[in-house]
Amino acid sequence: MSAPPELLTPTSPAEAAAAFGDGAGVTVMGGGTILLPELTYGRLRPERVLMIGRAGLSGVDNANGVVRIGATTPVGELQDAPEPLVTAAKHVADREIRAVGTIGGNLCATGGVSAPRGDLQAPLLALGARITSVGAGGEKTEDVEAFIEEHTGRLVLSIDVPGGQPFGYARLDRPHTHHYTMLAVSAVKGADGVRVAASGVGPVARRLHGVEKALAGGASAEDAAGHATEGLDLPTDALASAWYREQMLPLLVRRALGQLG
Amino acid sequence: MHLVVNGLGHEIRADGLTSLLRVLREELFILSPKAGCEQGGCGACTVLIDGQPRRSCLTPLAALEGAEVTTVEGLSDGVDLAPIQQAFYDTYASQCGFCSPGMMMAATALLAHTPDASRDQISEALEGHICRCTGYVKILDAVESVAKAGAA
Repeated sequence: MSAPPELLTPTSPAEAAAAFGDGAGVTVMGGGTILLPELTYGRLRPERVLMIGRAGLSGVDNANGVVRIGATTPVGELQDAPEPLVTAAKHVADREIRAVGTIGGNLCATGGVSAPRGDLQAPLLALGARITSVGAGGEKTEDVEAFIEEHTGRLVLSIDVPGGQPFGYARLDRPHTHHYTMLAVSAVKGADGVRVAASGVGPVARRLHGVEKALAGGASAEDAAGHATEGLDLPTDALASAWYREQMLPLLVRRALGQLG
Repeated sequence: MHLVVNGLGHEIRADGLTSLLRVLREELFILSPKAGCEQGGCGACTVLIDGQPRRSCLTPLAALEGAEVTTVEGLSDGVDLAPIQQAFYDTYASQCGFCSPGMMMAATALLAHTPDASRDQISEALEGHICRCTGYVKILDAVESVAKAGAA
């Protein structure tokens, strides 16, 4: 049997950042709901595990219309976050998992073995969240879309989300205790236009730029929804086929846009 | 590491990233938490950690510094069954019994802070728990009977 990984348990954000360093060889554990089964089943054998659950990175604070959410805030404690994040969070797994799984872990999740994960990525994309992280090159704050696409292995500290914007949210559920998201669409009407994003369209959530451009060009919701699948490589997995997702995504986009008023 | 389970202290030898489920079953031989899926999907391993229902398969030992763990073995006083256990017995809520420990621990946590829980609240509290005998109606009946006694 190989030696167990080295365990790092920082008790402050500064200690967590120092322990993470440039991230080389470090596996971060927030709530552990994704990571622990990987370790239990031996699918992952990290050198070092950074447990950030007690690093003081949890909490939701509202200042001047922007809500700052700490990385280790449990998914079940997002009631005061802006919509459609609240609604999406209510549908993640079940009460026991939501009490432990964190928003930072959800943001950093990639595709699971049998279904997409990271149900909060799409609402964060639609809201235009700003992600503050540390890692190679020190601390930086960037748009959530850049953060998700680069996915370079950084330690999330906090997530800033503007509140009070009109929103829409539409999802396809498969009856199951876990509410795995087959597909879900978030839409938010901001000062610079409508942002639309979808979960369940690949390993991570994606903005639907085709829809956004059509709306910016004056298209109706109905016509804009016709651009829903542009640029996507829809997956076939345990929940649904790519064909089914292709049929359903425009419908969900129409529904979400219809809620914007 | 020191861990308190059902009121008794234990020195645990497993490393900090071992799941609580494996510590309970394989080191302490406390066998009521079941290893169903071991990835959080079934609810059969749910125990109470400081009174809150938690999946023991998703909880690393290192996250339990100073915590108190309760399993089904800790519900009864050793003479009489706890009300939730008696209710499962009386209403035939256990068929094969594999999901019963997780169901009873989740129900215990719910009834501790909502003694008169409604059927909808019970259903929500048990939503992550799978019964493959599909005996959900009897399970809800069992928990509801305790809630009704609590409300009376």
